[in-house]
This record gives sequence, structure tokens and C-alpha cells, in this order.
Amino acid sequence: MIRGVVRYVDERTGGAPFVRKALRYVFPDHWSFLLGEVALYLFMLLVATGTYLTFFFDDSVTPTTYYGTYAPLDGAQMSHAYQSVLHISFAVKAGLLIRQTHHWAADVFVATIVLHLMRVFFTGAFRKPRDLTYLLGVAMLGLALLEGFLGYSLVDDLLSGMGLAIGYSVALSIPLVGAPLATLLWGGPFPGSASFLPRLYIAHVLIIPILIGAILTLHLALVASRHHTQFKRTPRETERRVVGVPTFPGQVPRSLGLLCATWGVLFLLGGLVQVNPVWLWGPFHVGDATNGAQPDWYLGWLIGALRLVPSFDVVIGGYTVVPNPFWGGALFPLVVFSIVGLWPWLERKVTGDDAFHNLLDRPRDNPSRTGAGMALFVWVFLVFLAGSADRVYVWLGLSYSHQIWGYRVLVIVAPVLAFFITRRVCRELLAGERAALVRTTAEDASHV
Amino acid sequence: MSKLKDALIAGLVLLAGKRRKDPYANLPEQRIVEEGAPDRRAENVVLVLFAVVVICAVAFIVVYSFESLAHQTQYLGLAIGLAFVVLAAACIVIATRLIVTEELEEPYPDLEHPDESDAVAEIVEESGSRFTRKRLVRMAGLGAVGTLGAALITPALSLGPAFNTDKLKWTPWRRGRRLVDDAGKPLLASEIEEESFYSAYPEGADRELMGSPIIVVRVPLDELKTRHDWAPHGIVAFSKICTHAGCAVTLYRKPTFAPTQPRPALVCPCHYSTFDPAEGGKVIFGPAGRNLPQLPLTVDGKGYLRAAGTFNEPIGPSWWGVRRGRSVS
Ligand code: FES
Repeated sequence: MIRGVVRYVDERTGGAPFVRKALRYVFPDHWSFLLGEVALYLFMLLVATGTYLTFFFDDSVTPTTYYGTYAPLDGAQMSHAYQSVLHISFAVKAGLLIRQTHHWAADVFVATIVLHLMRVFFTGAFRKPRDLTYLLGVAMLGLALLEGFLGYSLVDDLLSGMGLAIGYSVALSIPLVGAPLATLLWGGPFPGSASFLPRLYIAHVLIIPILIGAILTLHLALVASRHHTQFKRTPRETERRVVGVPTFPGQVPRSLGLLCATWGVLFLLGGLVQVNPVWLWGPFHVGDATNGAQPDWYLGWLIGALRLVPSFDVVIGGYTVVPNPFWGGALFPLVVFSIVGLWPWLERKVTGDDAFHNLLDRPRDNPSRTGAGMALFVWVFLVFLAGSADRVYVWLGLSYSHQIWGYRVLVIVAPVLAFFITRRVCRELLAGERAALVRTTAEDASHV
Repeated sequence: MSKLKDALIAGLVLLAGKRRKDPYANLPEQRIVEEGAPDRRAENVVLVLFAVVVICAVAFIVVYSFESLAHQTQYLGLAIGLAFVVLAAACIVIATRLIVTEELEEPYPDLEHPDESDAVAEIVEESGSRFTRKRLVRMAGLGAVGTLGAALITPALSLGPAFNTDKLKWTPWRRGRRLVDDAGKPLLASEIEEESFYSAYPEGADRELMGSPIIVVRVPLDELKTRHDWAPHGIVAFSKICTHAGCAVTLYRKPTFAPTQPRPALVCPCHYSTFDPAEGGKVIFGPAGRNLPQLPLTVDGKGYLRAAGTFNEPIGPSWWGVRRGRSVS
């Protein structure tokens, strides 16, 4: 039966040799190699749930009056867009489940990409021949952040309006091209023309997903063509030989299990844990704002950066040249993404190591890289924390301005400390291992 | 029982074999995947898990079919989530207990192909032997394609008014325009109390422009430091749009203990830029790089608040080339 089917297909496609190779493709085994896979499954879930949401979402900003099931907003003036999201949440059966699952999946998607990136960074998996694969991955992280921001901006509630106002101001602040760029994108000064929301919508559901999908395909093709990296656990694993489980039968049930587990957890979150209750924020008006609503976690580092920068514009002769939001909203992420994205080339430049690497480092094996990675992480993480200083003020009563001054010092001092401490710890660990090795060999020798 | 099953299977095989001869029967008997020992207990576990998946999936359909049910979202999420989690468990049992565990090794693919790479380069290089002025042709070709590219993206300019920054500065505020509140009721100067915060809009204008919303507060006359003639009875008005990144300034910080806390101040909830209403909207904390634009006020004969002109600065977030302290309207 199976033979018949396979022969039938092969006679028409010539695919059997390829499939045979694919089935016996070797997957080295380590839990941390699964992070990228989880991100892939989340992307699939996002496309599926997002497609469902498009069947109900209305991308129009035409004003309307709400007469729906949610009593507190009864009679409120709002856009059709916001009304349709309320409709999805209260009137479409399973609508809230899918909407919340979509939102959670976006949050976890970005988190998983970040963890995957850290795994790749700290094990040196980005080295030749995988530097391009790595760069594509970093590009996808950037796109995922943008896609998430556009997604919650579509709702046209108070939170999205505030986010867009900030996004507009950051675009406006880009030297030279800012004002034309922002007015082009928005179709006029903020809040923009009636075509702005449809533009946002098509970017969110078509342009960026296709970009992510295309880069993802390339990323996976490169991974497969160069094969996976592996840790050296036994003498069998070498730079020239990969050891692991074949796609079939070994890897397939594991991957399916991971896929089901990912989706299951996300549906549980979507059903049981409330996220972005848009009905509480109310419709957006240019003259409204709140400090009770927090944006999604992955924008926290940008908010922190915008808040940490002191009052400082570049002004020449009364003309503003670089407005303040540029520093935190554009320059900071640009610097972070440049360092992260170009790291393989930076490292090659410093170490002069131009060799192929299929075996992974443990983080301790390369103390300087691990130190630098930790420094970068601590830097971004502190800026992220600074974004929540107002919450800390509300909870603990710590003066907001004192916290901000504390962070302004910390973001400069702590990364340096992190570098030296991490490097030291790595070196100590290595020295400890070497000592242990000497001891065991000596003991072995004495036994003989 | 199992004898009966064996007999049945044997019968079926015979039947199937009778109808059609297996054309691939005489392949060499050599396994690719090694044979493993059966594990009936694990198999039973998998069967039970599959049954649970069925139950959860049915529960999802049943819950969905209710027209109105309290906590429907929660039950739906629970049912479909558990279905997937249990299915995941089944897959894991299959992967760890029922699949033949193999550890294969394989050489990494060739990392470089110098001969082929050189051949590719050679093909490209040798193909151009009929060109005499290669560089010139190449430059001209790039120029042609580049210009064409520029032509192709030009229609993007239709997206919006790209080169007209006057629009960014425009506000509906004019000399004599009345201030109205949320409900459209004109504001009386006598209604504005100290330590309170009022939002106002230009009468009869679009409220959804960045240039429209303003903040009105009353500063005790002895505390007012500048622009006394713009502030009848100490009533001052500022653009409500933060000069940092365009949020609405909606917080009014009031000191409860005068000696230990700073003066009243206008605070933006987005990044906590703080502006001093007594000193012309000066930035006293936070990232904003420019003071909050002030709107000069007057009081008319009936006691209503009116604009005495337009803002003293461009409103809202800054851009390259915006002139400070100059407003165009
Ligand atoms: S928008 Fe007001 S402080 Fe940033």
C-alpha cells in the first residue's frame, strides 16, 4: 500500500531520492534547539488566528455610535474599526478566544525569537557558514516587533492611538526626511487621513507577513543546506560529522508534540487569561490619554529609552535639527539592532577567526563573547526596566524622578560591570574544569 | 482472542494476496530502520490519550453550540487547549517510547566548492568578451535601471502631502475664538478654579486635529512668573499635545504639602515630561525638548474665555527645521 503510493508519486515527480534524504536528515538533540521551532509554530498560529480575525475586522475610521452588548460604551462615538473589535470580543462566538490567542501568540512569538537569538549568540552558532542565516533571523525579529506594533495599533482604541502618536512623532523626528516620511505614511499630519488605517491594515495582514514568510523560508533553507550545529558531547561529534536523530521516525513525533504543546498552551492562555481588554481603554481621541494602560512587553525597551533620554534637542539658530524622540525611539533601536545584526562580522574582525564552525561553544568557552553579550543584554534590559518605573512608583512609592536618574547612571555603569563579571566567571569555570581534568588524568594514571 | 485476530489478519492477507500479486515482493530483505521491541503499555497510554483528545474536541463543539453561556470563552479555550496539550502528550509518548530510537551520524555537507565557484565566476567573466567599454556600459546600465527605479517609486508621493510642512503647524485657534468644553459649552472665566485641570477646544472646529485640544488651569496671580497679559486672572492655556511625542498631557500634579513638593505642574502620561504652567510651559523634567506652546487668552464682555491670538510656538512633536518660538497659522 505505502510502496504503491510512494512509487506513484515518484514516477510523477521524481522526488523519492530527495524525500529519502530528507527523512534521514540528522537533527542533533538539545532542548535549546527547539526554540526556533516553537517560533515557527507560533507564526503558523498567528497566521491562522489572524486570518479568522480579518473575517470580522473593519478597517474604517468613519465615526459611528456604538449600540452593542457592552453596556459601559453604549452610545459612545467611535470608529468602525474599534466597533468591529468590540463586536469580535462580545458578539462573535469564539471571537474573544481567537483574538486573545492571537494577541498572546504575538507576545510569546517575540519572546521566543529573543530566546532563540540569545541561544544562537551565546553558543556561537552564528559563525561561518551561518552568519547570513543569523542576519535573516535578526531581520525577522525586527519585522516581528513592527508587526506586533501595527497589530495593536489597528484596534483604534485609546492605547493604539497613543502608540501611533508616539510612532508618528518618532517618524517625524528622523533628521531631514522625518516630516515628509511621516506625512506620506499618515496621509497628512497626525491622526492622518482616512486612508491611514487601511494602509496600516494591509501592512499588518499582507506586506509584513509575506516578508516574514519569505525570510523564514530562506532562513530554513539555509539551516537545512548547512545542517544543524551541535554540541560536542562525545568523540563522535566533530566539525565534519553530525550526530543525531533522523527526521523520520525520530524527529517527526517530537516536532508534532512540540507544535501541539505550543498551540495548546496558547489556546489555554487565550481562553483563560485576559489580555488587552480593549473595551476598557475606550475609543481614541487626539485630546485623550491615560497612564493606566500598558503596551505589549516587547515595546517596553523603546518606551524606557524614550523616557530615559534627558530633555535635549539639537537646535541650531532657533531651528530644531534633531528632535528628542529620535534618540530613544530611532537611534537606540538602530544601535542595538546594528550591534546584534553585525555581531558575526564584528567578532570575525576582532578575533580574525575565519574558519567554518559546526561545533558549538558553551557560553563559558568564549568568555569575551559571553561577556559582551551579557553587557548588551543588561543594557537593553535596564532600559526596558526603566520603562516600568512609573509602575514601581505606583506600587512602591519610589520617587519617579529619582528612579530615572538612577537608571541613567545604571545604563552606563552596569553593562561594563556585566562584561567584566561575566568574563571572569567564564574564565573561572574553565579553570575549574581544567583542574578537574588534570586531577582525573592523574588519578587514572596512578591506578594503572 | 488473539488467535482469532491472527486468523482474521491471515485471512485478509490471503484475500488481498489473491487479488493482486505484490509486484515488489522480491526486493532484498534488508532493513533501513532497525526493529524494536513492542511496548504494549505505552501503546495503551497513547490510545487513552487519543480518546481524551476526542472528548476535548467534542466538548469544544458542544460548548460552541450554546447560544449564550456564561464563561463561554473560558470553556472554549480550556477544551481546545487541553485537546492540543493531550495530543502533544500522545506525540511525546510515541516519540520516547514507541519509536525506534536511532542515533545516526552523517558527514556535514561540503562547506565549499572552490572549483564550481571559480567556474561560475569564469562563465560570467568570459561571456563579456565582445564589450570594449565594459565599465561605461555597466555604469550606463546601472544609471538606466536606477532612474527607472526612481520613476517607479515616484507615485508613492501620492500617499500624502510630503513637502508641505505648513500643514503640521496649522491650528484652528484664532484671535477671538471661544473656548468650549467637552460638551461644546463655552467656558466662563469664573468657572476656572485653582488646582483643577480643564480641557478645552476651539468653538466650531474639528477636535481631532493636534492643534485643537488645550489645557486650561488657573495659577495664583502671585505665582505667575511670565506673560501676565496672556493670563487674565491667572488663567493660562497651553496646547494639550506634548511637544515630546504627541501624547495628550492629561495629568495635573498638585502638591499636598507645599514646602516639600514641587509646584503644580502639567505632566504627560507617556514619558512623564513635566511642564510648569506658571512659567510659560517650561520643561522642568522629562524628555520633552521644547516648552508647551501657550495660547494667549482674554475674557470677553460676557465673561467667556477667548483666544487672544494663536500659539507662541508650533504645537506638537518637533521635526527637522521647525522654528522655535514662531507659529504659523
Ligand atoms: S509624549 Fe509626552 S512625554 Fe513623551
